[in-house]
Formats: sequence, structure tokens, C-alpha cells
Amino acid sequence: MAATEIQRKPVAQPERRQPDPNAVIEFRGVSKTYESGDVGLENATFSIARGEFVFIVGQTGSGKSTIMRLLLKEHETTGGRIVVAGRDLSEIEDKKVPYYRRNLGVVFQDFKLLPNRTVHDNVAYALQVTGRSRKEIRAKVPDILRLTGLATKLHNYPDQLSGGEQQRVSVARAFVNHPPLLLADEPTGNLDPETSIGIMQLLYRINRTGTTVLVATHDSHMVDRMRRRVIELERGRIVRDEADAMYGRRGGGRDLSTSEFGALMRGEPAPEPQRMPKDPFDEVDEAWR
Amino acid sequence: MKPGFFVKEALRSIRRNPIPSFAAMASMLVTLLVLGVFIPMVQATTGAANTVRGRVLLDVYMQRDATSSDIARVRARIDNNTPHVKKVEYVSKGQAYKQESARNPEAYKLLGSNPLPDTFRVTPDDPDNIGAILNSLAPRNTAGHRQLADQSIERVRNEKDQTDKILTVTKLVKWAMVILTSLLVLASVLLVSNTIRLSLFSRRREVEVMKLVGATDWFIRWPFMIEGVALGAIGGVMAVLLLAVGKVALIDPLSNDFALIAAPKTMPFFALAALLLGASVAVSAAGSGLSLRRFLRV
Repeated sequence: MAATEIQRKPVAQPERRQPDPNAVIEFRGVSKTYESGDVGLENATFSIARGEFVFIVGQTGSGKSTIMRLLLKEHETTGGRIVVAGRDLSEIEDKKVPYYRRNLGVVFQDFKLLPNRTVHDNVAYALQVTGRSRKEIRAKVPDILRLTGLATKLHNYPDQLSGGEQQRVSVARAFVNHPPLLLADEPTGNLDPETSIGIMQLLYRINRTGTTVLVATHDSHMVDRMRRRVIELERGRIVRDEADAMYGRRGGGRDLSTSEFGALMRGEPAPEPQRMPKDPFDEVDEAWR
Repeated sequence: MKPGFFVKEALRSIRRNPIPSFAAMASMLVTLLVLGVFIPMVQATTGAANTVRGRVLLDVYMQRDATSSDIARVRARIDNNTPHVKKVEYVSKGQAYKQESARNPEAYKLLGSNPLPDTFRVTPDDPDNIGAILNSLAPRNTAGHRQLADQSIERVRNEKDQTDKILTVTKLVKWAMVILTSLLVLASVLLVSNTIRLSLFSRRREVEVMKLVGATDWFIRWPFMIEGVALGAIGGVMAVLLLAVGKVALIDPLSNDFALIAAPKTMPFFALAALLLGASVAVSAAGSGLSLRRFLRV
């Protein structure tokens, strides 16, 4: 017994760094080669701290989606280690994957809503899979739908909604469990610019509640405006990883309100500092944590 | 586990996908109807064939002057040294005379004396083995003629033409039934599993989304299986009802007039109904559970 414990001590592997206690996501030399021989990701190393808002940019086929799929444990790495919230993904058994996924909120380019369910039921499904009570569902779902601006669409089916509204449903579903980490794979890829800003505002507000948000996109315009940390990929390699130096220049280092953020995204001059309009999302923290 | 939730999900899915649901139910209904008509038919036919085959016998006639020790010797021979014998019935001269004269009193009165020999009626364990018994009691010599195994046996007779005919015809009937039944069962299983697979295939995206939201495999599977079982059971009940109507309206009145339909060897209707219902539920549960496995690998 004592002998095995000694062997398990990390001292045996001096090159292995201790996991960063603040990191929600850690990639260490991660590679993914698909069975077809295509390289999805090559020796990627980065770490994302709790509460960060990070963009992953790059052209189609550069490896953005590979990172998302690896984080969702849809695919296995072919090299390196991924640690999410202190857990090594390769150590999660297949049977436990559903439980792991409940800690992630996921938003996709094509929304991935259940076509046979109403807006309400789509969001409720994310709670039902975790075995929440009907009472809890009845309390939480209308709340989150109100916060995402869908209060009037409760009983509509996805095909009765616009693209932007569908994506809002998808965001609501991703966030209803209050996951520590939210992944968005091209969330604005199918949306027009103005609708995209609305979705990005939504993600920004979610980020302000303390949720770590990771957005993969090829919309460099939006990324430049938002001035957040950017990880750029090219053919599976990380070619840039910078916490944008521009960040906070206009906002003076403080958090932007949602409307200031929207103005920033539209490239308008920032509204004069004024009494911030009440943003219901700002209360999410106190109410739900 | 939340059975109520799963049942509700299954019912919702049936309501929201009426056409595939109806197709699955209808294919189950048709399959069971055909099976329900066919199973009693196969049973009646093979039952009739077996009755005919049961009549295949071999007669061993003793010499007229055979002594009781001869008879005992031949009986021992048949009992112990002859393969494939199922039953031996000894009919003495006296018994035979009584039977025959009862059937044909005038002819035997004219005859005066008893011309009949002592006889063994040998029933083979399987009608196909009658040749082996014949070969044992009357083996062929090198010239190809039959030579009796005991000199006190006068003749070994099987109604050769008749036996051969019965054997070939009944064999043909049996094989035809076996082939038809297996084809039918195969076709029904394929039909049902294909229908289920189609309706699942149209919902594979749904399954994918469920998995990405963190649903466990069984959380996804239960509603699908309940749905499959419910549809299978509905189809099964309808098939049984239709069969019952058909039986009461068509078969029962006719069976008074036709001996074939009243063949006693068919299973009771209740057992048939239970079998069909059980099969429909089992096949649909297994079908939906197994077909789903492919789509669960996300």
C-alpha cells in the first residue's frame, strides 16, 4: 500500500507541471491526427483561466473545430494532455462522458435544437437529462428565456423562429445549467452582422457572470472589435496567442456595460458614461450562486 | 430513473412523428396477421402428413406350420437384433381369423378353415427407416435377391409403392413448409427492423443533440424503446383481434363441414395470440434498442 502511494507521487515525472489551479482549460502539447491522415491539431499548448473570454480564430480547417470536439470529448487526442477543471480528459471513461458534458455549455453554428420540441422544452431538456425536478425546471426555464429575450416565444417550435432567435435558444440551453465553461463553435456563422452582435452581447453577459467562454470564429472583424484574448490557428498550429493589448483602452480597464459593449461592437463612439441601464444578467451571480 | 418522464417522451415522439409510427405499427400488424394465418396452416399440414406417415408398417408373415418356438425365435430376433423398431405387434392366426371373418363373414364361412398365417406388424421408429428393417429381416444376397433371415418366415411385406409415395409426398410437404416458414419469419424480422431503423435514422440528429447536452445512453434509449414496444404491442393487439374475428367469422362455421380445417393438431387460439403478442413486443424492443446503438456512438 505504502509502496504504491510512493510511486504515484508526481516526483516520478519531474517534467510534468502541476496543473494551474486557476486554469479551466489546459492543453499540453495536444495533437490530433484523424484516421484519414488529416492533421487537426499539432502540438498545441495553452491554458485558459477561470472567467476568461477567449477567441479561437483561423480559417476553415485550421483546427478550431478540432479543439471544440476534443473539449467535448467527441474525439480522443492522439498526443498530449487536455485538463479541464483539473480533470484529465483521457481519464474519463466513455460511460462518464455524459456527466462530464453537463459541465459544458455548447453553442453551435447550426444551433442543434431538437426540432420536435418547443423553445421551452428544448431548454428544459438540458435540465431533464441531469435529473432535475419538475419544480426546478418550471422555475429556471422561463427565467433564462426571459434573460435571453425569448419570453414571448416559449411555445414556438424552432422552425418558427429566426436564425438569431434559434441561436438565442441554443445559448439559453447551454447556460441554463450554469456551466463553468461555455463553448461556442462559430456561433454567428449563420447570422447577419446585427444579429451576430446580439449573440456576442449575450455571450459577453454570460462571461460577466463568471463563466469562462471560448468562442471559435473566423469573423476577424468581430474579434478585432472585441479586444479579448485571441488564439490564432493555422493548419493545426497555434501561430498567435495574445491577450489583446488594445483590451480595455476605450473602456478604461473597467468592465463595459452591455450597451457600451454593443456600441463597441458596432464601431460607434462609446455612449457617454451614464447611469448603467439595469442588466438582469448582472444579478445572475448573486441569484444563482 | 423516471418512468413517467420516459413514457411521456415516448408518447410525444409518437404524436410528433405520426407517419413513421404508423408505418412501424402497420408493418407489425401485417407481419403478425400473415404469421397468425400461416402458423396454424403449417401445423395442420404437417400434422396431417405425420398421421399419414404413422401408418407406414412392415408385415412379417410366418410359415403356416411355424411352431411356437419358431415364433418366439423370430420375435426375439425382431426385438433384439433388428434396428429402428419402435413397436412390434403379434397377431396370431386365431386373432387374424377373428378380425378378418368379422369384416368379411361370408367369404370366411365358405373357406371353412383358417388360411391366415401368424403375423408380426412392425412399426419403425421413423418411417424413413423402414428399408433398414427390411434389409435386416430379408437381406439381399450377392445376386440381388432378397433372402429371408429365418426359414420360418414366409414373407416380409411392406406396401412398397404405397409407402414410397407417402414418404416422398409428406417429405415434400414438410420441406416446403419449413422453407416457407423460415422465409416468412426472415421477411417479417427484416420488415420490422427496417421500419424501426428508418424512423430512427430520421431522428439521428436528435440523438446527437441529446448526447451533446449530456444525456446518458439509457436516458436516450428508454423513450425510444418504450415507443417501439408500444407500437409493436398496438400492432400485435390489432392483429390478434383481426385473427379472432376471422376465426369466429370464417373458420369456426366451416370447421363443422370440413374435416381438414378441424384438424385437431393446431395449437389453441389463446396460445397463438400470446405467442404473436410476445413476439411483437420482443422484436420491437430488440429492434429499436439495437438499431439505436449505431446512432449512440457520438
